[in-house]
Amino acid sequence: MTLIKTIISASAALIASAAMVVADPALIYDLGGKFDKSFNEAAYEGAEKWKAETGGNYNEIELQNEAQREQALRRFAENGNNPIVMAGFSFASSLSEVAPDFPETKFVIIDMVVDAPNVRSTVFKEEEGSYLVGMMAAMSADKAIGFVGGMDIPLIRRFACGYVLGARSVNPNIEILQNYTGTTYHAWNDPIKGGELTKAQIAQGADVVYHAAGGTGIGVLQAAADAGKLGIGVDKNQNHLQSGSVLTSMIKRVDLAVYNAFTDGADLTTGFEVMGLSNDGVGYAMDSHNASLVSADMQAAVEAAKAKIIAGEIQIHDALTDNSCPAS
Amino acid sequence: MIDFDTLLQVLDSSVRLSIPLLLACLAGLFSERAGIFDIGLEGKMLASAFAAGAAAFVTGSALIGMLAGIFASIILSAVHGVASITFKGNQLISGVAINFLASGLTALIGQNWFRQGGQTPPLSGSARFNEITLPLAELLRDVPIFGKIYYELISGHTLLVYIAFLIVPLTWWILFRTRFGLRLRAVGENPAAVDTSGISVVRQRYAAILICGILCGLAGAYLSTGIGAGFGKEMTAGKGFIALAALIFAKWKPVPALWACLLFGFLEAIGIRFQNIEIPGVGTIPLQLMQALPYILTVIILAGFVGKAIPPKAGGEPYNKE
Repeated sequence: MTLIKTIISASAALIASAAMVVADPALIYDLGGKFDKSFNEAAYEGAEKWKAETGGNYNEIELQNEAQREQALRRFAENGNNPIVMAGFSFASSLSEVAPDFPETKFVIIDMVVDAPNVRSTVFKEEEGSYLVGMMAAMSADKAIGFVGGMDIPLIRRFACGYVLGARSVNPNIEILQNYTGTTYHAWNDPIKGGELTKAQIAQGADVVYHAAGGTGIGVLQAAADAGKLGIGVDKNQNHLQSGSVLTSMIKRVDLAVYNAFTDGADLTTGFEVMGLSNDGVGYAMDSHNASLVSADMQAAVEAAKAKIIAGEIQIHDALTDNSCPAS
Repeated sequence: MIDFDTLLQVLDSSVRLSIPLLLACLAGLFSERAGIFDIGLEGKMLASAFAAGAAAFVTGSALIGMLAGIFASIILSAVHGVASITFKGNQLISGVAINFLASGLTALIGQNWFRQGGQTPPLSGSARFNEITLPLAELLRDVPIFGKIYYELISGHTLLVYIAFLIVPLTWWILFRTRFGLRLRAVGENPAAVDTSGISVVRQRYAAILICGILCGLAGAYLSTGIGAGFGKEMTAGKGFIALAALIFAKWKPVPALWACLLFGFLEAIGIRFQNIEIPGVGTIPLQLMQALPYILTVIILAGFVGKAIPPKAGGEPYNKE
C-alpha cells in the first residue's frame, strides 16, 4: 500500500514539474565537444559569463552523433527553453525542419544562415580576422607559411582565403601551403593527423602555421612548437596553449554571440547578425604569451589594415559567396 | 616528380604513423595465434592511451605513464580472458564490449578528473617520450644519401619506435624458436592435442592475452605520450581495426606484419603529404580512396587473390575439455 502511495505521489510530482514551463535559454554544442579549447568552448564561456552576471540558469547538451541534432532541438523546444542557441553550421538543415514547428520559440544559429521568421543567424566575418593574422604570418616567415583546415567545407575555405589574401598583401611572393584534415566530422578531433600535416608543411619550409581545425588544432600548435616554429590559434585566444610559440590567435567572439543571445532572451531580434572587425566580433589576440613575437612595426601595420577594413578601404573577398578565392 | 628529401620526409612520417599499428598488430598476433580472436585491440589501446596520458601528466614521467598504460590494457585483456577463456563466452562479443567500455570510460573518467572534456592536459618535457638523436647523426648529416637517410629516417624517433621495431624479431623468435611459442601456436591450432600432452590450454591462452595486453599498452602509450602530447577523446580513430586488417594482410606472421603496417602507414603518410595525387592521364586520386586502401587490400587478400589467408584453426572457439 505504501509502495503504491509513493508511486502515485512521485508521478504526481513528475507531472507537476513537466507542466511547469521553463523559459531558460538552452545551448547545443557541436560534435567537437564542449571543451575543444576552441569554438565550442568559446560558446560555453559566453553562456557561463551570462550565468555569472544574471544568476540565471541555462540548459545544455553535447552532441554525440549526427542523429541527435534534430532530437536535441525538439527536446529543448518542447521543454519550453527560449531562446535556443546552437553552435555550428551543421545545424542548418535540422533547424530549417524544426523552426516552423515552434513559431513561439526563438532560435539562434551561429555560422550559418537559416531563413525563418523566428531564427537569428549570427555570422562572422572570419575573412577579416584571418586577413590580419595572414599579414602577421607573412611578416614572421622567410619564404613559406601554412594553413591547416579541419573539415574541407566552404566555411573553412573562407578562413583560408582571408589568410592568403592578408599574407599576399604583405609579401606577394610568399609560398602558402594549404591542407585539410579530412571530409568527415572526425576531422575536427584528430590532433595526431593535425600534427603530421603540420610537420609536413614545416618540412616544406613553412615558418608559421595557422589552423582552423577545432580540436585537431591542438596537434597543429604542438607540432609547430616542437619544431621551434610558430602556430596561429583560432576561435579563442589560444596563445597560452604553447606560450612563446603561438604568434597570435584569430579570435572569433562566439562567446559574445551566445552572451548577446542569452541577454536578449525570449524577445531577441531575429534575422541577420554580422560580427566583424567593426563591432569586435573578430580580431587578433595579443597578450603576455606572444608579446615578444609581435614587433611594434608588425602591430602598427596590422592596426592600419584593420582601420582600413573597418573604413571599407580594403575589401576582402568572402570565399563563401562564390566558392572560390582570387588568390591561392 | 618528388625529390629525395620529400621521399625521406614521407617515409619518416610513415614510420611514425605505422608504429601504433605495428604494436597493436603484434598484440593481435599473439592473441589470435593462441586461438583468441581479439577485436578489442582498439579499446585496449584507447584505455592505455588515456592511462598513459593521465599518469604521465600527474607524475611528469613518460615511463610511469607507459607502465600505467600497460596496466590498464592488461586489465581489459584480463576481462577478455575471463569472459572468453574461463567462461567460454563469445570472443567477438567480448571484444566489442571492451571497445565500448574503453570508449565510454576514458571520456567519463577524463572529464571527472581533469574537467577538460575528457582530454588530459597537454604534456611537455619529460612527461613525453622525446625524440632521440642517434649517435653520430649530426656528424653524418652531410654525407650524401646515407647520412641523410640516417639523420632523417633512422634517427630522431622516440624510444617506443625503436622498441617496436625490436619486438618484431623478438616475436618471431618467441613464436618459432621457443618451446613456449610452439605450445602457443599449438593451442591455436589444435588445443585438444596440447591438452592430451599434459599442458594447460587455459594457462597458455592466458599467457598469450597477457602479452597482447602489454603490446596494446605500448601502442596506446605511444599515441598519447610519443607521437601525441596528451590524450584526446577517441584518439585511436580506428587504428585497432586497421591493425586487425594488417594482421590478416600479413597472414598472422610477424615479419610480414611489419611490412603490412609500414605499408598502411605509408599510405596514410602519402595521403597527408599529397592531399590530391595527380597521375598524368588518369586524373586526380581522391583522398578518400587512399584512406580506404588498407581495407580494400585486406578484402582482396581475404578473397584469396594473393595467396590464401588461413587463420589459426581453433581461433574463436573456446576449448571444452572432453
